[in-house]
Amino acid sequence: MSAVTSAHDEHDDHGPKKGFMRWLTTTNHKDIGTMYLVFALVMFFVGGAMALVIRAELFEPGLQFVNPQFFNSMTTMHALIMIFGAVMPAFAGFANWMIPMMIGAPDMALPRMNNMSFWLLVAGGVLLFSTLFMEGGAPAAGWTMYPPLVLQTGNSLPFAIFSIHLLGVSSIMAAINIVATIFNMRAPGMDLMKMPMFVWTWLITGFLLIAVMPVFAGAVTMLLTDRFFETSFFDAAGGGDPVLYQHIFWFFGHPEVYILILPTFGLASTIIPVFARKPLFGYHSMVYATVGIAFLSFVVWAHHMFTVGMPIAGELFFMYATMLVAVPTGVKVFNWIATMWKGAMTFETPMLFTVAFVVLFTMGGFSGLMLAIAPADFQYHDSYFIVAHFHYVLVPGTVFMIIAGTYYWLPKWTGHRYDEKLAKVHFWMSTISVNVLFFPQHFLGLAGMPRRIPDYAVQFAEFNMISSVGGFLFGFSQLIFLYIIIKTIRGGKKATGEVWEGAKKHGLEWTLPSPAPYHTFEKPPKIK
Amino acid sequence: MKKTKQIFAHLFLMLLGVGEANAEYALNMPKGVTRISNDVYDLHMLILWICVVIGILVFGVMFYSIYYHRKSVGHKAEQFHDNVKVELLWTVIPTIILVVMAIPATKTMLEMDDVNEPDITIKVTGWQWKWEYDYLDSGVHFFSSLDAESNQARQLGSGIEAADVDNYLLNVDNPLVIPVNKKIRFLLTASDVLHAWWVPEFGWKKDNVPGFINDAWVSVEKPGIYRGQCAELCGKDHGYMPIVVIAKEQAEYEQWLEEKKAQALAEASSADREWSQAELIAKGSEVYQANCASCHMADGQGVPGTFPALAGSSVVTGPLDGEVDMVLNGRGMMPSFGAMLNASDLAAVISFTRNGLSNKVGDSVQPLIIKPMLAAMTQPEEDDDW
Repeated sequence: MSAVTSAHDEHDDHGPKKGFMRWLTTTNHKDIGTMYLVFALVMFFVGGAMALVIRAELFEPGLQFVNPQFFNSMTTMHALIMIFGAVMPAFAGFANWMIPMMIGAPDMALPRMNNMSFWLLVAGGVLLFSTLFMEGGAPAAGWTMYPPLVLQTGNSLPFAIFSIHLLGVSSIMAAINIVATIFNMRAPGMDLMKMPMFVWTWLITGFLLIAVMPVFAGAVTMLLTDRFFETSFFDAAGGGDPVLYQHIFWFFGHPEVYILILPTFGLASTIIPVFARKPLFGYHSMVYATVGIAFLSFVVWAHHMFTVGMPIAGELFFMYATMLVAVPTGVKVFNWIATMWKGAMTFETPMLFTVAFVVLFTMGGFSGLMLAIAPADFQYHDSYFIVAHFHYVLVPGTVFMIIAGTYYWLPKWTGHRYDEKLAKVHFWMSTISVNVLFFPQHFLGLAGMPRRIPDYAVQFAEFNMISSVGGFLFGFSQLIFLYIIIKTIRGGKKATGEVWEGAKKHGLEWTLPSPAPYHTFEKPPKIK
Repeated sequence: MKKTKQIFAHLFLMLLGVGEANAEYALNMPKGVTRISNDVYDLHMLILWICVVIGILVFGVMFYSIYYHRKSVGHKAEQFHDNVKVELLWTVIPTIILVVMAIPATKTMLEMDDVNEPDITIKVTGWQWKWEYDYLDSGVHFFSSLDAESNQARQLGSGIEAADVDNYLLNVDNPLVIPVNKKIRFLLTASDVLHAWWVPEFGWKKDNVPGFINDAWVSVEKPGIYRGQCAELCGKDHGYMPIVVIAKEQAEYEQWLEEKKAQALAEASSADREWSQAELIAKGSEVYQANCASCHMADGQGVPGTFPALAGSSVVTGPLDGEVDMVLNGRGMMPSFGAMLNASDLAAVISFTRNGLSNKVGDSVQPLIIKPMLAAMTQPEEDDDW
């Protein structure tokens, strides 16, 4: 690979601009990737602060800190910010930084659009955040924004809807860019079935995004016209149906759930082989399982609506289809474990987070299987059980893998090794506290505590208190993560190009020097 | 301090795993008091144990591998990466488990869905933030909202300990009463936004959708008091619309029905006499706190930007007709209280707002004036818009 590096050196006449203009006008995939990741990190803390407001209020029964309306705004904004501000941009950041380097491309296929999609994200995020300061408060009808309740929102409703439009446009642009890059920019010899799993999962995620973001935009636009232009899409009095919104929303919402998890699967499939020093087990079945999950994601949406009053045939269809999701997801988990089997494992921080992910995500999968059983869902639905379920798949699931990916590639991005000891402290603090935070919520839900309530009956007091203690521990543990990142950017032990022992065999990015030069693979590498 | 100590004691006991004997909290879904709720509980336990067994096997293999296949213990990595037989096996086995699971689930689902031949039908309407119960067979009809004690304690900075309130947030003024061992069909709907009616002991919840009617049924096997809550986010007081169902033996149930009917008659006749202004204002103050204070606030100052203040409001201090129209028919988020309160309560609360909450209009309105207006509201409307 030294040929690549020297080729790059000869062309070093157009390096980055200096100062703010570099970031505002950049079309470089690494710069844009960095901006996405920084934005996601900031939003992770903003959304986390909102979660702490929620957990503080729920620390004990009675209202102590906030009024119920503001509490509802917090649950709504926490979800919207975490989903659209933290998780999705973090994946876009990984995609921008890594996909060109993983497939041997010099940059993304559509670099100018890449810049625009990032800055639209910032505009959308700021607009969404600004609703907190509007008369009548931020949206408080839940991130699902069900009518008719959402139509009672104060002045912030049109702003929230417009910010969703902006975030949607930004996501669609990012998705188109990623799909175009993967289809057109692969180095010669990088066949589809040779692509790293992270690239595969993002390719499929890209298609999901392109398919469903417009559906979501349509649904919220219908809310807008119902509120301001006298339409009655969701108003029974005018011939509409409030439940129609839920069908449209979840037709977007369920694939969206997999948009949040598929790149995570790709990360796990990338990291485990490196630290097990073994090739990924069942690469082909991993690809097929990903496609299978993506396909199923379009035919299971109404399992979010089992209690809405569907015909029995609908209930049964969506129950069976949802149960089926367990099969390809199971294949993935089995493949990861088979990859570990008879390897020579070491447990650096990325691997630790990945192992925790496999265990805790699977636990979220188990509660998902329970939720699929429609008659039992009549009890679980809208209780703390579902809160525990989706936080298990999203926090020790998705967020843990985002953290794992960050530790995994941080030396490649910065050229420095992070502080392994401190990172392990971060890992143990996070893993213990996340379970203290979310595990008791299963009990709360089963005992009958509904979700989205600011106050509760006294028999729920103990587990809420434990959960809140876990919440604060988890939240403050993430400051260690922030500290490690800043410290690694500013200096530290120099990282080699390969970073992880034997990593060269597992991905093209490890054939490059660390930090990766501003331009890479201007001449495509040779793929065996 | 005593409370803090208690909580720490509980936490400590729970850490030791011995708290269960004396604490009120529950770890698992209630078995409930209907056949269906028992079936649901069994399904829940079946799928839970299946998951536990799979989890132990899968994680067992993983942790075995993590322990023995480490570089630090000198394990050399093998390089295999495919095995069609194994992969087929772990696709087929889960599928079989799922099919086995789907059979009892389908059976219970079909049973739950069968609302035919009920003994009693009760219509449940969700309102922001109370429940309306309508016994379609006997004509008994009432609203059920959070009890006054919880309502006082739940206010921000009330200074009242939740633990000192009897059934904090799970108590209502007018509970729903049903007979045991009768098939009771619920027709569920809502008047404003989505709600969901959930009593965990009955084994299900179902959404109340405005403009549509859902149905569900119970047959309670054991007399008792069963508590639940609204389960679908319905606005700021979503956490404050509990459900209390009292299941009684048939004879006691019938006695209760008669009492309810007599009470309704007495309330109706109270509208036929002249009320003194002081009497109206005193009654109105109660009605205000129970029905209006959650939005317009106890002192009538409202919530800027969301709920208008009544103190000094142009509607309340304006002509009487205007306020009567607003209260009876509603506007926007303001519900139509003509459908919720009786003539005496309406007259009282209107009179109170004009003479309380720092308003000093001086006039008042008699139940006798309101009564014919209410009667007119319940007449079917003419189709003249077309």
